[in-house]
Amino acid sequence: MARAVTPTRRNLTTAAAWLVGFLIFFPILWIVILSFKTEGDAIGTPWHVLTSGWTTEAYATVQSRSDYFLHFGNSVFISVGSTVLGLIIAIPAAWAMAFVPGKRTKDVLMWMLSTKMMPAAGVLVPIYLMFKNAGLLDSRVGLTVVLMLIDLPIIVWMLYTYFKEIPGEILEASRMDGATLRDEILYVLTPMAIPGIASTLLLNIILAWNEAFWTLQLTTVDAAPLTQFIASYSSPEGLFYAKLSAASTMAIAPILILGWFSQKQLVRGLTFGAVK
Amino acid sequence: MATQHSRAAARLMISPAVVLLLLWMIVPLAMSIWFSFQQYNLLYPDNTGFAGWENYSYFATDLRFWPAIRNTLVLVLGVLAITTVGGTLLALLLDQPIWGQGIVRLLVLAPFFVMPTVSALVWKNMFMNPVNGLFGHLAHALGLPAFDFLGQAPLFSIIVIVAWQWLPFATLILLTALQSLDSEQIEASEMDGASALSRFIYIVVPHLTRALTVVILIQTIFLLSVYAEILVTTNGGPGTASMNLPFLVYLASLKEFDAGMGAAGGVIAIILANIVAIFLMRAIGKNLEA
Repeated sequence: MARAVTPTRRNLTTAAAWLVGFLIFFPILWIVILSFKTEGDAIGTPWHVLTSGWTTEAYATVQSRSDYFLHFGNSVFISVGSTVLGLIIAIPAAWAMAFVPGKRTKDVLMWMLSTKMMPAAGVLVPIYLMFKNAGLLDSRVGLTVVLMLIDLPIIVWMLYTYFKEIPGEILEASRMDGATLRDEILYVLTPMAIPGIASTLLLNIILAWNEAFWTLQLTTVDAAPLTQFIASYSSPEGLFYAKLSAASTMAIAPILILGWFSQKQLVRGLTFGAVK
Repeated sequence: MATQHSRAAARLMISPAVVLLLLWMIVPLAMSIWFSFQQYNLLYPDNTGFAGWENYSYFATDLRFWPAIRNTLVLVLGVLAITTVGGTLLALLLDQPIWGQGIVRLLVLAPFFVMPTVSALVWKNMFMNPVNGLFGHLAHALGLPAFDFLGQAPLFSIIVIVAWQWLPFATLILLTALQSLDSEQIEASEMDGASALSRFIYIVVPHLTRALTVVILIQTIFLLSVYAEILVTTNGGPGTASMNLPFLVYLASLKEFDAGMGAAGGVIAIILANIVAIFLMRAIGKNLEA
């Protein structure tokens, strides 16, 4: 909707938008600033925080006092693992529904969406007990499977909306040119499907990285991802602002950067293709 | 084009996903219902037996039950109100021609990618803490008494924290919808002499309905299950002031070890979610047809 406006108006709306953007982003900026302070400076007045010296001390302490890299590794394992596993199961399903739609395809899709309506608390007791009896509490593999199941409907939906956009005519054209089924899949469909698969991968890694019900319930130490690691700061270490800030900055930075790259896909993925 | 053969292949390709989701839906659900009718305390695993409706009546007469239901609804509605109204206004602002729109978009979007435990702890300690938090410092500088947000207004404070996380999501989706608005339609209405207000009411709002429906649906799914933000800030307290249903289920089953009662609470949570879901699925189903 870009329309011509007067420069004054443009300057005013620009100022307003930047102000709002800054305020919304401010808490993140603030923890990044606090993470480069000593504990003593971090609890001072805002003025003191901004004018005191800078140090990377807090990062060093977080590193040496806790197994930050263990938890970071767990987060990577769980989020990437659950997403890749989900893709392996979802790609054939979404493919079939997009290219060989049947009478019930819409119903299956809506049903899959409905499984997302199950509140996690509703099945906490059975899942917890199953994990306990199977010795899967605090195991990365168990948690990976649960997160894969939670995100499977979103993965199928996202892929479906992407595959749906691959025009069928292109298949007919390639067949006319004498392509075999194998050629069709390898040289025609796959290159067109890869961007959609990549977007789905990215978004679901973000979702799994930030998941904070099952990761908190089913892990304690060994399999604990960053969500659980940060939760351990809730007391009394939360009073150590610089360390909490350093740990928080390290926990959100990688995913923030990934997220900024995937903002377009985010809309489509989270709205089940209803808004593009 | 679909032959008998390709249909069979398609069914085979779909079945792993369907079977897994079916198991994921049915097995834990059946077990939840089963446990909810059993005497089952994790501390006394041998003391089992049929409990009838006992778990449900215990759960429903628990002094924390009605506050938890009320808080669950207040939390969902409060966050929805802030994010839909705020998101619409923000989307309208960002849709204007502004310098550096891309960067502002990134700034506004950022909180969505912050994991719930981080955002809750940061707000709790660095902002809402009455002594060392930023709001406390500001109040001090202005000569006002510091306000203990999480002690005095725990549910409101949690609503603010959760709304901060979801405002970017609502804004982004509504902005995407706004940008797909046909500019010729707007221009035509301008030429016909429509005022800015009537353009907004008759063109922009109807166009946004679908996106708003989607925003409300998706946020409701997630907001009914808010848990981490409560765990690291107030633990449901003081008293029951910020306890919601998921948190009460967690307390009953894993902190008080009454798995039977926890399961009964879980079944109630499922019923509540489904009542909401029926309305919302109907809305999204209708919208998806278009």
